[in-house]
Amino acid sequence: MGMTMTQKILAAHAGLDKVEAGQLIEADLDLVLGNDITSPVAIHEMEKMKVNGVFDKDKIALVPDHFVPNKDIKSAEHCKCVREFARKNEITNYFEVGQMGIEHALLPEQGLTVAGDVIIGADSHTCTYGALGAFSTGVGSTDMAAGMATGKAWFKVPSAIKFNLTGKPSEWVSGKDVILHIIGMIGVDGALYKSMEFTGDGIANLTMDDRFTIANMAIEAGGKNGIFPVDELAIAYMKEHGTREYKIYEADADAVYDEEYTIDLSALKPTVAFPHLPENTKTIDEIKEDIKIDQVVIGSCTNGRLNDLRIAAKVLQGRHVAKGMRCIVIPATQKIYLQAMEEGLLKTFIEAGAIVSTPTCGPCLGGYMGILAEGERCVSTTNRNFVGRMGHVSSEIYLASPAVAAASAVAGKIFCPCKL
Amino acid sequence: MKAAKGYVFKYGDNVDTDVIIPARYLNSSDPAELATHCMEDIDKDFITKVKKGDIIVATKNFGCGSSREHAPIAIKAAGVSCVIAETFARIFYRNAINIGLPIVECPEAACAIEAGDEVEVNFDTGVITDVTKGTTYQGQAFPEFMQKIIAAEGLVNYINTK
Repeated sequence: MGMTMTQKILAAHAGLDKVEAGQLIEADLDLVLGNDITSPVAIHEMEKMKVNGVFDKDKIALVPDHFVPNKDIKSAEHCKCVREFARKNEITNYFEVGQMGIEHALLPEQGLTVAGDVIIGADSHTCTYGALGAFSTGVGSTDMAAGMATGKAWFKVPSAIKFNLTGKPSEWVSGKDVILHIIGMIGVDGALYKSMEFTGDGIANLTMDDRFTIANMAIEAGGKNGIFPVDELAIAYMKEHGTREYKIYEADADAVYDEEYTIDLSALKPTVAFPHLPENTKTIDEIKEDIKIDQVVIGSCTNGRLNDLRIAAKVLQGRHVAKGMRCIVIPATQKIYLQAMEEGLLKTFIEAGAIVSTPTCGPCLGGYMGILAEGERCVSTTNRNFVGRMGHVSSEIYLASPAVAAASAVAGKIFCPCKL
Repeated sequence: MKAAKGYVFKYGDNVDTDVIIPARYLNSSDPAELATHCMEDIDKDFITKVKKGDIIVATKNFGCGSSREHAPIAIKAAGVSCVIAETFARIFYRNAINIGLPIVECPEAACAIEAGDEVEVNFDTGVITDVTKGTTYQGQAFPEFMQKIIAAEGLVNYINTK
């Protein structure tokens, strides 16, 4: 019986020739990540451990991004704690305001995540790096602390679900629609404890930004990780963004999967997840009623990358957001922000009546920079539409692609860009 | 490991970490302060009603969403002695073990036990007893590796003893 792509990476990092689903292993870590919410708890836990500092100052990434620039005094204290820890331990990859970005957009851009890596991060969307062919998964703060101290983590080897992607998506269909479609199909616990392994010739028709979005939301189906094969596009991305050596792993031909699905990308339509679960999906043409909205957010670790902003700007070009609508655009990193400026995208957003914010997770988790009042509705390119996620418990979040979000900002209601 | 005994707060599927502890309170990492907002967005009376030793019972995918360890920390600090569910989201599962919050997967118990029932959980045997109904259920035992972490009262102590 062969191994899945994920199992092969885990076996190699555990010093084993072979692993099988359900086996408990201890694996060497290539990168340990934390943010301004999870790192202070991890730092506090690490102080209780009988260790002298971190295992490798080059293999830890600390990215204050959730409540920065500091939204209040308590957040400022958290960031100060992370900053002082980074300084004391001479952490190479600490990203201060001015260099920082949303962690899961920033680290691949900095070349810190490559194919074949095993990465843990105290943030559930750490699974994003599977787009590059890495095994990466979210953990809590205590696991992060143990990872920083020892360079190792324990894992239960996951079984996998295989998603065979075929065909080419149509004009207004993006990675977000692919993953929302999948979550709608298998449910928010459809991949619980499992790997989501993507394969098939349709992947060649997905940009790297599409793949990051898809891998990013594996956790929204309960998945341990989402992972893509490493093709020429992924190799080009890694070569452009860094110098670290990557290693390509491929699933064995006789690897066993719990389930297999084939998805024809050409048949997908723009998809929206209704409150209050990402699995409550409808395609745009299934939405018959007018769903009036108050706010649109375009950004986050899911959809704040350059292609996302380009698509939003294409929709907003020469148009204006609806009267009374708040449209908040958040480039995910400083580099993306700068590129968006150079390409004239920011001008398009501002002329359309949107605002552009410095990189932050802010509104996605109801932190700041776009909190919803009682009964308000938001179309958001973020990843979760749970009760109270972006503000008041009676507010509603509709998850969608940047194209649908931008079109909805113009129309004042959930709207397909194809109909503008 | 000491048995848990208390009265049940019952919830449904997909209780996410955003409702267990909303992000607007994550500018603090103090367990006592987090506990005062535990379950606030799904059950605003929880924190005024919960007593030391009480038990949370829920159905599928408890603790889904964000990786915030603040969620099991808030539940533990609120006095909850055990969480029983049909299934747990995997990050919550790890976090609960790592901080020493006992959790048990048991689909039968998770479905049958009702709010307000008095329930006892024996962690050595995995047996869950609904004292009110007079029924017992066999919960899933932890793998030996996790038992060691739990016996050490969390991952930090486990690493310190290695």
